[in-house]
Amino acid sequence: MTLSRKTFLFTAALAASVQFGGLGFAFADTTLLNVSYDPTRELYKDFNAAFAAKWKADTGETVTIRMSHGGSGAQARAVIDGLEADVVTLALEADINAIAEATGKIPVDWRSKLPNNSAPYTSTIVFLVRKGNPKGIKDWDDLIRDDVQVITPNPKTSGGARWNLLAAWGWANEKFGGDEAKVRDYVTQLYRHVPVLDTGARGSTTTFVQRGIGDVLLAWENEAFLALEELGPDQFDIIVPSISIKAEPPVALVDGNVDQKGTRKVAEAYLEYLYSDAGQKIAAKHFYRPANPEAADPEDMKRFPDVKLVTIEDFGGWKEAQPRFFADGGLFDQIYKPGQ
Amino acid sequence: MVLEVSFAHQPAASQPAPITETPVVRIVLISAALAFLAFFLVLPLIVVFVEALRNGFDAYRSALTEPDTVSAIRLTLLVAAIAVPLNLVFGVAAAWAIAKFEFKGKAFLITLIDLPFSVSPVISGLVYVLLFGAGSVLGPWLKSYGIEVLFAVPGIVLATIFVTFPFVARELIPLMQDQGTGDEEAALSLGASGWQTFRLVTLPNIRWGLLYGVLLCNARAMGEFGAVSVVSGHVRGLTNTMPLQVEILYNEYNFAASFAVASLLALLALLTLGLKSILEFRYGDHIAGASKH
Amino acid sequence: MTATLAAAGWRPRKPSVIPGFGLTLGFTLAYLSLIVLIPLAGIVWRSAALGWPRFWAIATDERTLQALKVSFGTALVAALVNVFFGTIVAWVLVRYRFPGRRIIDAMVDLPFALPTAVAGIALTAIYAPNGWIGSLLTPLGVKIAFTPVGIVIALIFIGLPFVVRTVEPLIEEIDAEVEEAAATLGAKRLQTISRVLLPALAPAILTGFALAFARGVGEYGSVIFIAGNIPYVSEIAPLLIVIRLEEFDYAAATAIAAIMLALSFAMLLVINLIQAWSRRRFGHGA
Repeated sequence: MTLSRKTFLFTAALAASVQFGGLGFAFADTTLLNVSYDPTRELYKDFNAAFAAKWKADTGETVTIRMSHGGSGAQARAVIDGLEADVVTLALEADINAIAEATGKIPVDWRSKLPNNSAPYTSTIVFLVRKGNPKGIKDWDDLIRDDVQVITPNPKTSGGARWNLLAAWGWANEKFGGDEAKVRDYVTQLYRHVPVLDTGARGSTTTFVQRGIGDVLLAWENEAFLALEELGPDQFDIIVPSISIKAEPPVALVDGNVDQKGTRKVAEAYLEYLYSDAGQKIAAKHFYRPANPEAADPEDMKRFPDVKLVTIEDFGGWKEAQPRFFADGGLFDQIYKPGQ
Repeated sequence: MVLEVSFAHQPAASQPAPITETPVVRIVLISAALAFLAFFLVLPLIVVFVEALRNGFDAYRSALTEPDTVSAIRLTLLVAAIAVPLNLVFGVAAAWAIAKFEFKGKAFLITLIDLPFSVSPVISGLVYVLLFGAGSVLGPWLKSYGIEVLFAVPGIVLATIFVTFPFVARELIPLMQDQGTGDEEAALSLGASGWQTFRLVTLPNIRWGLLYGVLLCNARAMGEFGAVSVVSGHVRGLTNTMPLQVEILYNEYNFAASFAVASLLALLALLTLGLKSILEFRYGDHIAGASKH
Repeated sequence: MTATLAAAGWRPRKPSVIPGFGLTLGFTLAYLSLIVLIPLAGIVWRSAALGWPRFWAIATDERTLQALKVSFGTALVAALVNVFFGTIVAWVLVRYRFPGRRIIDAMVDLPFALPTAVAGIALTAIYAPNGWIGSLLTPLGVKIAFTPVGIVIALIFIGLPFVVRTVEPLIEEIDAEVEEAAATLGAKRLQTISRVLLPALAPAILTGFALAFARGVGEYGSVIFIAGNIPYVSEIAPLLIVIRLEEFDYAAATAIAAIMLALSFAMLLVINLIQAWSRRRFGHGA
């Protein structure tokens, strides 16, 4: 009896490995893998369905799009380590640069391959507060008041968190007329008001929304709107600060992988479809500011408030901002010290 | 010996010799133990099921039949179906070598076998990233033959094997050491072959301990999170196991669905414990030596 | 396949001696090397390639030290709590009879079988400020989730069965006449416990403590949900490894992993030494 159970287990293992072989094959077929960051889950769920339908109508081929979501840095790391992404749609230019440098699978000039610096949609950073704004938070300087707790993810691992920090920096820079000592002091204070530092934007939203921690969440605009939609507008308000940052989550084709897998054509079409009217409409519907506002539903566009935006170029572009702020020993590390 | 036993069993009612605690102390201790367990063990379990059924049973069922969740369940079963038998074979071989023979460095070998117990699961994942990642020697070489390890099923299987490595061996080693070599020597002297001896003498002796080890090994294999999270790549419907699916759903504001998948894993845990108790109840003597970790 | 090979090779060479030594030991060593040793050697090799100054710089980096301190500190506290309550639980389960004892005894193994991620979200749901227990404690100003206390709670859950399951068999083995002898010689119950019982149980308690501690130091899945993950405060070493990986800093990730690896190996050696010592001294393993 014992023996027969053992035999059974081995047969199961054998069957399992055969099945796994099948899985491997399915992957190499007309399947695209889009490696993305945390808050795009809902956007790409819709967009993938729309693209698959269009591709089927145009070419008669069936395409399956697989998604992988996580913190932007973690996702880039996975691609560097060999995750066979056809396209990457990450939170930060810096993360795609890292893939390009480490693997050579993405050309160094990838940003020029698609319109709008390869950002088919943009977003910005807003404040999500509890309903009725009990702490009366209006702008960045309210965040460092003694009675306010701020939720933001870790800038070392989250793309959104880097935009948060830069937005705060941008506001302070304007406020203090470029006095860097004061700007630093402000940002240092800001991070002392952070009780939980999650590794990804979605983790922070969960902490704020579900766990009831903190008075204000620094969030992607799209993430804040989504939280309202998913968890009820009766619970939260969105506050738009006087100055924020134009966040550009870029997309790129992973040339090295699509050529190997023979998926270049469909992957290119996939990214281009993001810029099409239909793609732009879907982006706007999911609270991303479309690169081409005319294509979107005017109703959707009305939801986006006007904000004065600084851009990454004000920081000298990611090539400068990344090492200055976020590298090991960079500004964030200097700001975020123990016992302060 | 006989005298001692009978002495120990003499009723001590006439003289309340202090070989046990007063009823008050007993009640305090029992309450303390029960309260502690209620807080730390029972409550989490209840939470899982309450949260899972928060939106009703229909929502629970539809959460579990969602395609990505179904494929996560399938992947988890597949991984366990490969990892557990391999560790089973290893466990038996290792226990045989260690329990039936004396050799130098045995304690050291046992320590090495234990190592995965105390290695952080994150490190267990990291080792395979370093070994098979694109920056390694092995990864690209295997890839040139079309073999994917990292971010594919083999990587998840390897990480799972690593994490569940000692379970069967650790159950069997003390058990087989306690049993000694007498039975086997008798069988061999009666002319049985080595294989016959193992199959007809050793295996029946250790089968309950073996099953017990397999149960724990399986539970851990299906529930591993940290190590698998590092090597998985998180591709939906492809490289997400059940624990990873729990995390994903949790991060999609889909708390009820997240707890629904979690409740499946909790059920598996309860089933494991149930089976284990039945084994202990019926065959207590056989695995008495095995319940040490 | 391996089993078939093993089956084919399992032929007695000398009937008087148990066969299969070379085969089983060979297979054990090969499998051990393939799955555990070679991959772990990869970590050691990669961190050795860093060179000593670089390795030392990472190891003594404030954030690394703090994360190791959080991991070891919380694991230590959790293991101590488990030693106290775990011993009581073991004592109660072995010595006393009360309704539901068998079920509770079975429940003790729950943390072995329950996936850590499930434990993590469940504990968070209980101890978060709006959770079942958290909401009762928050008005009192007590915070558990998202502080180091939350980590301790998770690690108590993870480590509990290690203590109970190592102490239980020893309590079973203690002969009643030892206690009776002590009582006959005039010892109070408390004296019997502290002078006779506890010393006999000490090796098992120590082993249980070391196992719970070792497991707690490396724990990841249950902790990250409840910890808050604030650098220098509630960031555990395994999380720092993951964060370093996400920053593409393989060198730092590997170095921290190597440090933790060395420490866990040392702890295991200590555990096995305790066991060997107690086997010599008391004639049974802990």
